[in-house]
Amino acid sequence: MSALEPTIQTAEKRAGWAWRPFALTLPALVLLAAVIGYPLLTIVLRSLSEPEWGVQNYAWFFGAPVNLAVLQRTFTISAWVALVCVVCAYPYAYLMTAVGPRVRLVLVLCVLIPFWVSGVVRTLSWVILLQDSGVINSLLRSAGFAGIRLIRTQTGVVIGMAQVLLPFMILPLYSVMKGIDLRLVQAARSLGARPSRAFFTVYLPLSLPGVYAGAIIVFILALGFYITPALLGGPRSTMLSTLVQTQVLSLLQWGRGGAMGVVLLVTTFLLLALAAPVMRSRHREAGRR
Amino acid sequence: MNPRPDNRGAAIDLESVTKAYGAFKALDGVSLRIEPGEFMTLLGPSGSGKTTTLNVIAGFTDVSSGKLLVGGQSVVGVPAHKRNIGVVFQHYALFPHMTVGRNVAYPLTLRGVGQDDRKRRVAKALDMVKMGDFAHRYPSELSGGQQQRVALARAIVFDPPLLLMDEPLGALDKKLREWLQLEIKRIHRELGTTFVYVTHDQEEALVLSDRIAVFNRGRIEQVGTGRQLYDEPATLFVGRFIGDSTVLRGEARSDGTGTALTIAGETVAAPRRLAGETSPVMLLRPEKLAIRRPGQADGKNRLAGTIAEAIYLGSGSKYEVKLGDGSTAIVRSPLTGENFALGEKVELCFDGADAKLLPDDSTADTTLT
Repeated sequence: MSALEPTIQTAEKRAGWAWRPFALTLPALVLLAAVIGYPLLTIVLRSLSEPEWGVQNYAWFFGAPVNLAVLQRTFTISAWVALVCVVCAYPYAYLMTAVGPRVRLVLVLCVLIPFWVSGVVRTLSWVILLQDSGVINSLLRSAGFAGIRLIRTQTGVVIGMAQVLLPFMILPLYSVMKGIDLRLVQAARSLGARPSRAFFTVYLPLSLPGVYAGAIIVFILALGFYITPALLGGPRSTMLSTLVQTQVLSLLQWGRGGAMGVVLLVTTFLLLALAAPVMRSRHREAGRR
Repeated sequence: MNPRPDNRGAAIDLESVTKAYGAFKALDGVSLRIEPGEFMTLLGPSGSGKTTTLNVIAGFTDVSSGKLLVGGQSVVGVPAHKRNIGVVFQHYALFPHMTVGRNVAYPLTLRGVGQDDRKRRVAKALDMVKMGDFAHRYPSELSGGQQQRVALARAIVFDPPLLLMDEPLGALDKKLREWLQLEIKRIHRELGTTFVYVTHDQEEALVLSDRIAVFNRGRIEQVGTGRQLYDEPATLFVGRFIGDSTVLRGEARSDGTGTALTIAGETVAAPRRLAGETSPVMLLRPEKLAIRRPGQADGKNRLAGTIAEAIYLGSGSKYEVKLGDGSTAIVRSPLTGENFALGEKVELCFDGADAKLLPDDSTADTTLT
């Protein structure tokens, strides 16, 4: 019995300790419950209870074509922003893996410095750049081209949002790319792949997890964007957040605003659930057997 | 699998190949002819230029000057993907996002080989390395030895006339390494392809190669069969790098009949002399030295020493004997011989004809790994 005792004690001790690591996350959990959980619950409840219990807010949302059009546009713009970010971030992140440590530091700073400037300030500077008499159009005109409408168009919104969200694309992409063994590309070359072929068959597939991670972050953040589309967009590029704002702050329709939020949240989850198998396919296959 | 007489492997000619990085010469005038179908090993310590030579042949590294011909054709300036050379890397370099089957099919896909032919050749290559049952696995699900066999299959599946291997067994444990050495030897015999193999392991080089090129500081010290390198080393470096050896240094005197060396008051002689002014040293293989108790030694060449280490090897014993000048001699004695204890005073004796006279080279000691 005495020989067993230490073992039992250790086991008891371990059981006693098992929950303690979770205790460390308690402050975070409390905070999340207070600032995410409770408001979310409130939104869902109010969307179902105001002005009276029922689904009338959802019926209203799906009954008005303009709401559906804005919902669709929100996803379209977000998808464009994610795409623009992928295209801009991919070569940039690759460059970060290819250069020496000093140049890399400069490149990282170039990504992060705009991060430290408020989104409003950055958006306002885009207004100056994009407006009809702005920097871009003046340059175009002085070069003999016709000016183009950028401000208050969907293109302008996408440009502005992509710039604000670019770091969220570059950083995950870089962290995946720096883990790719470039000797694999060399191996592909020795097996007969010309550089472009080696890139598309070896490097690109190996970097896809970073592309997916970055694209999802950018896409989701873009869905909820408010300031940038409000300042750079026009009535034809309204996103859902602007409609929510109108319902809640101008019309005091908290129920309708809540319903819109819930619809956006659920649709996002559905889309991610659809995309997940594509993004995970390789790992799933690799994990089999 | 039948040998393919139409594809017996390509000859390689390196003529005064130099590769410089600024002032540092990774390769300094390397000339080497590798015969078609030959198994040539590039042997040397790290930084000696053997891997650079391999990279130059593969097309991963440009030459600064010199000629490089594969199958009689100059390939200087030809990019790696157009050289049609199989390469096996120490780090396997299997594509982690492809199954074993797709990895091996990769070079065939690039060459536009049709699906049926591709399947057949992938199966054949995987069978050759005994990995036929693993085509649907991913590299991450295989052991290191299995991954390297797949990498080998991938490098031979497109029938390259030349296969380069860069320390392919370096990351594997000893038993597996010895077994794979024999597998590589068998595959070389079956394919008839020219193999160029880089290693720093002299035993591996002796097991595998038709000929060995010994590299040191960006130059080739000697090219020859394992036996030639062991019995007739051209330089002290080669003598020390291949096999165990004892180097005797002392005050040298040469006359018409030979060379005498005085080491800590004792004089030994060899019936040879060295041309030129360089101070000679004597190199002796462990089996050419005999240990005797004091007074029992025969012959003229005797050196007193103390047993510093006695190692039982199963097939015999190996002794390290501290000589009068502080240097260490290595002696291998057969199982039937006498046993000597640590610290025992002994005498070493040898036949002067077995001593190899070589010019002294201070770099030979420091570069030993």
